[in-house]
Amino acid sequence: MTRLEQLRALDAARWRIAIALTAAMMVLYFGFILMVAYGKPLLTRTVIPGLSLGILLGALVIVAAWVLIWIYVRWANLHYDTAIDAMRRSR
Amino acid sequence: MTSLGQPNLLAIVGFFLFIGVSLGITYVAARRTRSAEQFYAAGRSVTGFQNGLALAGDYMSAASFLGIAGLVALSGFDGLIYSIGFLVGWPVVMFLIAEPLRNLGKYTFADVVAFRLRQKPVRVAAALGSLAVVAFYLIAQMVGAGNLIRLLFGMPYEIAVTIVGLVMLAYVLFGGMIATTWVQIVKAVLLLLGALLLAIMALWKFDMNPLALFRAAASQYGDAVLGPGRLVSDPLDAMSLGLALMLGTAGLPHILMRFYTVPDARTARTSVTYATAFIGFFYLLTFILGFGAMVLVGQDTIRSIDAGGNMAAPLLAEVVGGQAFLGFISAVAFATILAVVAGLTLAGAAALSHDLWVNVVRHGVANEREELRVARLSTMVLGVLAIALGIAFKGQNVAYMVGLAFAIAASANFPALLLSVFWRRFTTRAAQVSMLAGTISSLALIYFSPTIQIDILKNSAAAFPLRNPGLVSIPLAFVAAVVVALLWPEPEAEAGFGEVEARVHVGVDHAAERAAGGALESRP
Repeated sequence: MTRLEQLRALDAARWRIAIALTAAMMVLYFGFILMVAYGKPLLTRTVIPGLSLGILLGALVIVAAWVLIWIYVRWANLHYDTAIDAMRRSR
Repeated sequence: MTSLGQPNLLAIVGFFLFIGVSLGITYVAARRTRSAEQFYAAGRSVTGFQNGLALAGDYMSAASFLGIAGLVALSGFDGLIYSIGFLVGWPVVMFLIAEPLRNLGKYTFADVVAFRLRQKPVRVAAALGSLAVVAFYLIAQMVGAGNLIRLLFGMPYEIAVTIVGLVMLAYVLFGGMIATTWVQIVKAVLLLLGALLLAIMALWKFDMNPLALFRAAASQYGDAVLGPGRLVSDPLDAMSLGLALMLGTAGLPHILMRFYTVPDARTARTSVTYATAFIGFFYLLTFILGFGAMVLVGQDTIRSIDAGGNMAAPLLAEVVGGQAFLGFISAVAFATILAVVAGLTLAGAAALSHDLWVNVVRHGVANEREELRVARLSTMVLGVLAIALGIAFKGQNVAYMVGLAFAIAASANFPALLLSVFWRRFTTRAAQVSMLAGTISSLALIYFSPTIQIDILKNSAAAFPLRNPGLVSIPLAFVAAVVVALLWPEPEAEAGFGEVEARVHVGVDHAAERAAGGALESRP
């Protein structure tokens, strides 16, 4: 594979991961926002006394953001950085 | 009941201590700020952990601490929409923006947009968008600071705003990015510790059980406070706000600028990881602070001090920790605002000096000393403007104002920035049209919104029904970009995309580039 092809492949891989993770975050967050907009009674319902579904899901959206970032960082550190380093060395 | 509004000795001591320490930092930093690279980008020597804290410092503004706590205290769950929306912007920054930005630019995000396009038109549009965002963000911070100082020191609002403006000017003028970064770091640590301490002290009254706190809120104010509907009652408004908050972070010039203070893309990635951890933790604390203030201080007391609820967190501090703690939390809140204002002013100065003066007026060939002089002059102009706007917009709600700044950022900057690194067929004209359409439409829709027309101008109806313009202005900026790019292709820009593809990954070593007289180091 030429350097340019390697670069193109790496580029495609990075955008695939980036777009998949962005889409995941958007689906989760806009799912939440749509429930805020159209599912008021549902979100007001309490799961256990004191904890409404809205507060629980809201906190989970924050946790989900952490998890998605963790997935990306793990991928980037393990695969992406290695590939970049290899390309730098081979020059 | 409360001593707010009377001069508070402990608060004043804490306040001056912070000013003293940070002016000291500024002095030390000033002796190291000799080049434009140091002024804007702290010599690219900041570590990932430091930059993570500094990003958190830049991001957790008066809106986050005072504004959200107040909104939750007065409207319950709906205030949390801001907490959550402010956080979910960070994964977007991480996945789509941070690393390409670091690898393609020099000082501002406009460097990236203009990378393979014609410099002048792109930079003019980018500077206008940045300045609009900075202005709205600044207004919110100045209003928060003015209220805080007025209530704490018992001095008039106008004088309070002027003092904030002058102290902030001193930081930026003499210290540049190095001082601003350190002020952000000190402030982020103080704010995280202060908010944590405040949350623990509030929870202490509920056997350290957040659910007991939420139960108390529900029994006192009704179950409805734990669910949506009291602040954002219109579904479209909720979605508009949600969209603006999520995509706005990736278009905030002062946040984007921070990625140039680190040595490489890898460090940029590390900094977002730390920043998101700190910021998410802080926003989870706002759940406790807001409901804590609602139960322990009471909505009537909060509203009687400030109609916007902005003083909920300081009031909670007084209830759970007395005068001394009120002083500490107020000093932290003030430090928060001061640091954010400094970061914003620096970003505005970079837009005026680096983007407009050097690249447009001087066609990219101004010497560094001249660029630095223009940057400092721009800082002064922005400082004076901030003071004036802060006084003019007295009495606005700070979290809401920042929500508008996010909507402008998401419309003006984010679409052009994303498409420039992502889409081969993006063109100069498309970038220009997208940024101008985003800036102008969001500003116009804010003007025709119920907030300006009904609340401020006292008209009976508003031409545009939503309080946040994001739902219209963000798609408009994207559609404008795509349509223009497809109608008027630009072969030169398309040809330059190969260079973008290479640099997005391999980046460019600025020190090596300078040494080599501007030669590219990453051609395939």
